[in-house]
Amino acid sequence: MHKLLSDTPGKKYLLLGNEAIARGGIEAGIGAATTYPGTPSSEISLQYFQISQESDLFFEYSPNEKVALEVAAATANAGVRTMCMMKHVGLNVAADPLMTLAYVGVKAGLVVLTADDPFMFSSQNEQDNRYYGKLSGLPVLEPSSVAEAKDLIVYALDLSEKLQVPVIFRTTTRINHSNAPVTFSDMQPRVVKGDFQKDPMNHVTVPAVSRNLHVKLLEKQAQAAEITETSEYNFVSGSGKWGIVCNGVSYGYVNDAVEDLDAAGKIKVLRIGFSNPMPAGMIADFLKDCEKVLIVEEGEPVMEESIRSIAQQHGFTMPINGKAEDLLSRLYEYNPAMVRDCVAKYFGLEVKADSKIDLSDVPPLPMRPPTLCAGCSHRATFYEIKKAAEGMETIYPTDIGCYTLGFLPPLKMGDFLICMGSSVSTACGFSKVTDKKVISFIGDSTFFHSGMTGLADAVFNNHNFTLVILDNAITAMTGHQPNPGVDMEAMNLSGYGRISIEAIVRALGVEHVTIIKPYKVKKSIGAIKEALAYEGVSVIISQEPCTLYAKSLKQLKPRAFTVTSKCKNHRDCINEIACPAFYIEEGAVKINPTQCVGCAVCAQICPENAITPLKKTG
Amino acid sequence: MDTTRLIIVAVGGQGNLLASKVLGEAALANNVPMHMSEIHGMAQRGGVVESAIVFGDAKSTIISDGEADVLVGFEPLETLRALNKCNRDTVVITNTTPVPPFTVSIGMGEYPDLDTITAKLEASCAKLITIDAAKLATEAGNILAVNMVLLGALVKTGKVPIDATKVEETIRTKTKQAFVETNLKAFALGAAAAAG
Repeated sequence: MHKLLSDTPGKKYLLLGNEAIARGGIEAGIGAATTYPGTPSSEISLQYFQISQESDLFFEYSPNEKVALEVAAATANAGVRTMCMMKHVGLNVAADPLMTLAYVGVKAGLVVLTADDPFMFSSQNEQDNRYYGKLSGLPVLEPSSVAEAKDLIVYALDLSEKLQVPVIFRTTTRINHSNAPVTFSDMQPRVVKGDFQKDPMNHVTVPAVSRNLHVKLLEKQAQAAEITETSEYNFVSGSGKWGIVCNGVSYGYVNDAVEDLDAAGKIKVLRIGFSNPMPAGMIADFLKDCEKVLIVEEGEPVMEESIRSIAQQHGFTMPINGKAEDLLSRLYEYNPAMVRDCVAKYFGLEVKADSKIDLSDVPPLPMRPPTLCAGCSHRATFYEIKKAAEGMETIYPTDIGCYTLGFLPPLKMGDFLICMGSSVSTACGFSKVTDKKVISFIGDSTFFHSGMTGLADAVFNNHNFTLVILDNAITAMTGHQPNPGVDMEAMNLSGYGRISIEAIVRALGVEHVTIIKPYKVKKSIGAIKEALAYEGVSVIISQEPCTLYAKSLKQLKPRAFTVTSKCKNHRDCINEIACPAFYIEEGAVKINPTQCVGCAVCAQICPENAITPLKKTG
Repeated sequence: MDTTRLIIVAVGGQGNLLASKVLGEAALANNVPMHMSEIHGMAQRGGVVESAIVFGDAKSTIISDGEADVLVGFEPLETLRALNKCNRDTVVITNTTPVPPFTVSIGMGEYPDLDTITAKLEASCAKLITIDAAKLATEAGNILAVNMVLLGALVKTGKVPIDATKVEETIRTKTKQAFVETNLKAFALGAAAAAG
């Protein structure tokens, strides 16, 4: 049985934040969960995907976040408790349903989980999704620890049901990807079937209906404003004439700072866990005896602006600060020492001197950026496109996935990227206003997510570029999740459909479609040249399963290659494809046999034919 | 209880997340308060993988520059790169087997001399323990058991508040059954190397 289904109230488990969140949903009796995977949220969905295989929980990987939220809107309106998980930028994709679902509301609890990524460990921006609470008028909840995340999910589903609106649950990477002991509580029975009561005057958002629904949403916000005043997730700890208001992981840093600075009795702390609407009365009460207040929140000054406005309404004149050049930053994530130093500086406390190490004589260290795996088929495709496009002036729009890493040297295949699906649509724009050959890259999952509409635009508006669909038969970067093109039978799962990317591309009206097998270098380059020469929209589908995934399914049995004595040290293999299985030893090129998967791409480009399969010994 | 801050740095695929998990489970079994933080996602495609483990009552789950009590490096270059996490009182344990990054192969940097690395580490911190973890892992029967060798060395230093027997129990229950014996042997070899 799945660990998170254990009926063991009181027992402690070491859980990843994302496992704790998933357990929260199970304890609250959710019957449905939907998602599009995205770091740092992906492991929540993984738990539900596994649980759905051994229970009646309805779970789906949707093609994108908008679809995931719309499916969830229906299940929650049919009376089934639902969770919908995504990364922060995913909520931009789901913003359209979110804004009006706020009007329509829900019947059973619905949590919309947004996993924000301060510092952008695995993201293209570090937007602060608490603003979606203000924009949509929906309540926002934020946990400060792994253990609290589990309980707060249960609270969120109850709150959603009580107010009959979705609740936004905002985490940050350091909650999602931290581990800590979590105590299991009782599980409410899972309800997987509901009923939808027709009520078009509240469900069909034509203007006349929405005018009334907006009034209702404001009433629900007023109700939420009352609940937040007494919520157990907004609380004051400690005492003193100075105040700190904080949220999320910053609460831990603030606590440690107060302890390290021996400031107990001087500083009181208001932790905000229910952050939209803000508990205005509670905040006014907290502020009134303070001489000085510091707001500690990663990201944007969301609480700071609210608190300043509350202070103004009450005529308070004490200094209230947070974001400033010499205090706290809007950039990146915070850490304990940085918060401690800010607290010390702001309140004039002494920091204990530490025994720093002099790093000035550390030599420049070679970087170790993430790279495409040994034998990754994307590397082969990039190499072949580059060869086929030699002599052309090119622009390479790229997209979100492992293959984004192709922008690094020596491949340098990636010139422009803003969001999922942008490779296709930006190709339309670039090809229209420049005279360069535009070749864009998109993965299979990203194509289903939001590449298809761009391709419809390209065909309808008669654009001129080549789209390369890197079909590695799985959503690789986020940890091998299914997408509509994936063969689910290979995972031993039945009851799924499967959509052919080639059929979609042809159905969208693309007339020049080429399928390549990227491990066949020469043949692929020839086919690519033809596609590049085509005037109009041409599509190349490069098919080869992700090596990591194929290995996990035992479809790929690695067969290492080696560099023989024929090698004359041209180093085309290293300089042009830079597979991480290569290394240099005493001036000679070698292949690490535990990394090499035997794709044989290097063997095909070696001018001396010096790379051959390693003969098995013994 | 007092707070102990441990950083483990490794190259993607070296198994530091499993080593952290074993420590975490052992801490839970011992009722030692503990938080740990990892980096997943794109950062794992051959890049540096860092785990921060905080034992004790502190509430933060990450470790600031200069604040690690112990640093375990699974790869010498990465140990040196993480020196900013250490202070003069830090105990450092490093594997001595280099895993050169591909940037070195394509001429975008030079791998520092191993003696330069260990000399700087030794001069900077309270104590440096060097372990040829790849050799010991091979001796234990699996080159991939580098993580268990270094875990053995770490526990032997007594710098983390967990007994070796509790860690061994956890290795028995929480690592793949087929590898338990190899893992235990690697753990013991690491401990012996740190003692000697």
